[in-house]
Amino acid sequence: MKTSLKTLLAAAAFAASGLASAQTLLNASYDVAREFYKDYNAAFIAHYKKTTGKDVKIDQAHGGSSAQARAVADGLDADVVTMNTTTDVDFLAERGVVAKDWASRFPGNASPTSSTMLFLVRNGNPKGIKDWDDLVKPGVGVVVVNPKTGGNGRYAYLAALGYLKKKGATEAQQQEFLSKLYKNVPVLARGGRDATTAFLQRNTGDVLITFESEVESVNKEFGADKVDVVYPSISIVAENPVAVVERTVAKKGTAELAKAYLQYLYSDEGQEIAAKHSIRPHSAAVLKKYASTFKPIKLFTVQELYGSLAEAQKVYFNDGGQFDKIYTVK
Amino acid sequence: MSAAAAVPATGANRKVLPGFNLTLGYTLLYLSLIVLIPLSALVLKTFTLSWDQFWAAISSPRVVASYRLTFGASFIAALVNVVFGLLVAWVLVRYTFPGKKIIDALVDLPFALPTAVAGISLTALLAGNGWIGQYLEPLGIKLAFNPNGVVIALIFIGLPFVVRTVQPVLEEGERELEEAAMCLGATRLQTFTRVIFPSIAPALLTGFAMAFARAIGEYGSVIFIAGNMPMVSEITPLVIIGKLEQYDYAGATAVAVVMLALSFVLLLVINALQGWQRRRSGGT
Repeated sequence: MKTSLKTLLAAAAFAASGLASAQTLLNASYDVAREFYKDYNAAFIAHYKKTTGKDVKIDQAHGGSSAQARAVADGLDADVVTMNTTTDVDFLAERGVVAKDWASRFPGNASPTSSTMLFLVRNGNPKGIKDWDDLVKPGVGVVVVNPKTGGNGRYAYLAALGYLKKKGATEAQQQEFLSKLYKNVPVLARGGRDATTAFLQRNTGDVLITFESEVESVNKEFGADKVDVVYPSISIVAENPVAVVERTVAKKGTAELAKAYLQYLYSDEGQEIAAKHSIRPHSAAVLKKYASTFKPIKLFTVQELYGSLAEAQKVYFNDGGQFDKIYTVK
Repeated sequence: MSAAAAVPATGANRKVLPGFNLTLGYTLLYLSLIVLIPLSALVLKTFTLSWDQFWAAISSPRVVASYRLTFGASFIAALVNVVFGLLVAWVLVRYTFPGKKIIDALVDLPFALPTAVAGISLTALLAGNGWIGQYLEPLGIKLAFNPNGVVIALIFIGLPFVVRTVQPVLEEGERELEEAAMCLGATRLQTFTRVIFPSIAPALLTGFAMAFARAIGEYGSVIFIAGNMPMVSEITPLVIIGKLEQYDYAGATAVAVVMLALSFVLLLVINALQGWQRRRSGGT
């Protein structure tokens, strides 16, 4: 009875998909990538039609990166995930939802794009902010995301810490610097967009630490003359990993499509769309072409200084970790 | 209320809904499906933790600070709502004025409005560059991005609970009693404290309890205005979200269980108080 019902449903679903004649793909992604994937999806649909003659429909689901990962783990039928931290994809791999070796399935650690952390300051840079050291000066309001609730915030913390490590600061100096930095924070935002809103709409603080990719949407949303972009002397590479959700594609039979969708991110066209949205392309050629958007900046990777994001998470952001000490130790 | 009390007197065959057994069974089933099963899933999830881990999760300084803020701000907000909600209800019941219907409908808006919208609009008003905030901040009054903001958001979402529980009681209240009190020479204050207040006290207490309970669980409106600083303006629901963001399901549910238990005990106490109050004031 149960199986016959299942076959019936499957047949009905098959018939329906036959009628619609277009496969659908759901991309579960993070908030800030909304605009990028809107453009990318249009390009991909055209590309797919041209190369295979088939129509596809792509749905987007956006939210906080790890909220999305949790939703997919709990059963959201996304075909692909495109996140802004590797820990989110690792979490899905742990649950057996994406392949264990997801990072080697696509070039560049399965990250077709990346970003970095930089500063946005008010027009004309009235407080003269140039580098990380300026953020701990008294009277400077720093808007930043809570590392407990957003990947944006974790990268900001790790970028600041990386700067100190590269400078050779002792552990005590590092902790003192960071605690001064977070004392200067008037609003600890919940996520990237939250921080941008606090900084620009509510006029809170003097500097916003955020993803380079956020600059584009800030300029679009608030006008190009509202903020200046400040590149610190050194910052972190924030990878945007992608993966096929094996559980879903096995069920829906969309493995080929999902793979093609992610593969196309590495094409020149995909990379250019990313560059236009201020997301750093993986391709060196495209990066060079957009050198005016992506000012050369000294970058370090998470692997280089922290091993992996998962390890950094344990030491710095889990309960009782270094970040908690900033607020609990007087 | 009085109609329900009259039913048993006229005999068991006059019940409107059939069969006590059937209705009780249905009640239990429905309550289980909708309330008990989800909540027990919550409790079960914490069983993956050892006692020590559970204790560590619920007693870290940040979490304790968040309980203090959540319960403290909710309590203050509910108290404020009791006073001003009573005033609103009083005016709506006792006076007629042009636009009364509109004001009456306005009271329910916080029920209907998505709480995030409330939070965003309150922040837009009260932040340093907001319509109101820009005049207050030079005076040293900061209402957004600190605990004050939390209280304001909670007052906003809690108001209808008090108004809507007190309103029907005031409407039913017998004006003759007040007139009698006046005739017997009671002052206005005496009339209020001896005649009006006892009759509406249970409803006020109910309104308080509901506004309080609602405020404890509130998330959407608060996070926009709170500034969310650990140890200062971080509410417990945000701590739970923070734990989920670290994929700490068990830790998140542990804190949730604590909130559940505290809220349940508080509601139980308030219900008991209400029963006592009702008995004392003679079953009205």
